Amino acid sequence: MNTKTLKYIIKRLLLALLTIWVVITVTFFVMHAVPGGPFLGEKAISAEAQAALEAKYGLNKPLFEQYLTYLRDVVFKFDFGPSIKQRGRMVIDILSDGFRTSAKLGIMAVAGSTVLGVILGALAALRRNKLIDKIIMVVTTAFVSMPSFIMGSLLLAVFAVSLGWFPANGSTSSGLVLPVITLALYPMAYITRLTRSSMLDVLGQDYIRTAKAKGVPARKVIFKHALKNSLIPVITYLGPELAYIVTGSLVVEQIFAVPGIGRAFVSSITNRDYTMIMGTTIVLAILIVVMNLVSDICYKIADPRINLE
Amino acid sequence: MKMMKKPFSMQVDLEQFIPATDKDKEYMVQMRPSSTFFRDGLKRLLKNKVATAAFIIIVIITLSSIIIPFFWPYSYDQQLGVVPRKPVDPSFNNLAPFEYGETEQKRIAEGESVFPHIFGTDSAGRDYFIRIVYGTRISLAVGFFASIIVLIIGLTIGSIAGYFGGKIDLVIMRIVDIIYSLPDMLMVILLASVLKLVLDLEGTILEKIGSNIISLFIVFALLYWVSMSRLIRGQILSLREQEYVLSSQATGAKGSWIIKKHLLPNCISVIIISTALQIPNAIFTESYLSFLGLGVNAPMPSLGSLASDALNGITTYTYRLIIPAVVISLIVLSLNLFGDGLRDAFDPKLNG
Repeated sequence: MNTKTLKYIIKRLLLALLTIWVVITVTFFVMHAVPGGPFLGEKAISAEAQAALEAKYGLNKPLFEQYLTYLRDVVFKFDFGPSIKQRGRMVIDILSDGFRTSAKLGIMAVAGSTVLGVILGALAALRRNKLIDKIIMVVTTAFVSMPSFIMGSLLLAVFAVSLGWFPANGSTSSGLVLPVITLALYPMAYITRLTRSSMLDVLGQDYIRTAKAKGVPARKVIFKHALKNSLIPVITYLGPELAYIVTGSLVVEQIFAVPGIGRAFVSSITNRDYTMIMGTTIVLAILIVVMNLVSDICYKIADPRINLE
Repeated sequence: MKMMKKPFSMQVDLEQFIPATDKDKEYMVQMRPSSTFFRDGLKRLLKNKVATAAFIIIVIITLSSIIIPFFWPYSYDQQLGVVPRKPVDPSFNNLAPFEYGETEQKRIAEGESVFPHIFGTDSAGRDYFIRIVYGTRISLAVGFFASIIVLIIGLTIGSIAGYFGGKIDLVIMRIVDIIYSLPDMLMVILLASVLKLVLDLEGTILEKIGSNIISLFIVFALLYWVSMSRLIRGQILSLREQEYVLSSQATGAKGSWIIKKHLLPNCISVIIISTALQIPNAIFTESYLSFLGLGVNAPMPSLGSLASDALNGITTYTYRLIIPAVVISLIVLSLNLFGDGLRDAFDPKLNG
């Protein structure tokens, strides 16, 4: 690793920290713009009760002081305060309850979409302009144009309701099949197209011709020379893919009733559970920012020729 | 080839230097009228069958979403079972396609003709076809206007950053970097869930549009201009080094004049293409938010909220989910294909 790469990594790290700080700040001030503040529900309560609540959550202090307290709690204790709709529970506990399921869902979707996408993309590139390439391209174009909630609803209607192959409820592990497929289809289609175009690019390079000319077997040319190099652009997609899966899981968990973070988040939006909205936004945002950082840095290290400025 | 006497001297063939005859000259004259950049691009676009078909589909969907509500006998919020001073007639709720409510059946028996409910009615007894048409109209309008907002803001900021450069550029690009790395969808949800409570639209013209759509526009205006402004800045950075800009500056033209007259017209194709590709993006976001209950205000339908409502009755009324799903996918797909076609036709750098 040379100094230029190191400098790039430091720059990206600072930008990521700055982004996380902006997210926390924006979330805090946006939520405090809600009439009554985030800690009070919309129900009318007596003046004393309100005063007691305000004192409890420090709402009587100046806004900036409240902000500093919130920032400190989030950064040093990862504490997002109590949920205002689920009495007696902390936001972070609700989140960690859902995290296991959501993480399982997300990891399966990422793994499945990447593996299938790379295989299909490579296949399409190697059989360029043949029937199989055309079929793959048409199908992936259709998948890219379909919002995740539509895809999820259709899969639910066909495979769970009409055919009854899978349970419609996502709380069991066989119920996770349809949500994983729903989440994986879009990234899979995207990765297929990405792999196809970068593979076509690589196959036209001189070193592939050299390898072929010196008699390297076709299989070795494809796997060792072509595929390995055409995977590099796929790395950059991992960050956006995670962002897609996080936002997609909000609706997908809702459709299939998967007990994960996404469903908790959506129900907190409908219930106006503001502390929960704040906490979930910040946690998911940090996750996405960190993943973007990691995938960009991996990209830079994997291919030093690339200038990411 | 005949043998040369002196192989290293220039062997000039004088026959190649006689004046051209009229016949030769005629051969060189171009018979075709010169073509403009726009006409060239249009020709390429029309040759692209997929993009043309996509464009026709978009036009058909848009026109029908505008025209059909004018002559359709039902309106999107009219509950057919509810007639003033009469008990609510539940026979109008959840009609299957081409079925009629009880009073309508009586009228048909009496020989009257009743306009059919092509897609049936929803659980509140509203004609589902007109709700789909209206939802399409809302989704298209939101997509279109959101893209225009993004275009205006991105264009202004991007061209300022690109043209003036230096410290202004540095500051703007840092802000762009930060907004760009924000997880956009989460921020959209956060803003949309709060803005509709904060906005006070009562008594203004905007009240009719609804706080949710306005907050959607604000969210777009705040977050989605960054990629557009990045693009414009990059274009302008390369264009402003051209000689004609220098000559304009030398004759004393002001910055705003140069941006308007020289720089923007030269990046117009990039602008149009990315705006065209922005529209499906905005429709996507709107339907996503509607699905989460953060989109348009009820009873106004959008394709996302129709799909979301249909999810409750998915076992019995599957078609109510499939119809908006098909329409939304068709719109997004054709807009994407058309945008791709536009890019292929109008971006000369990709023509090679």
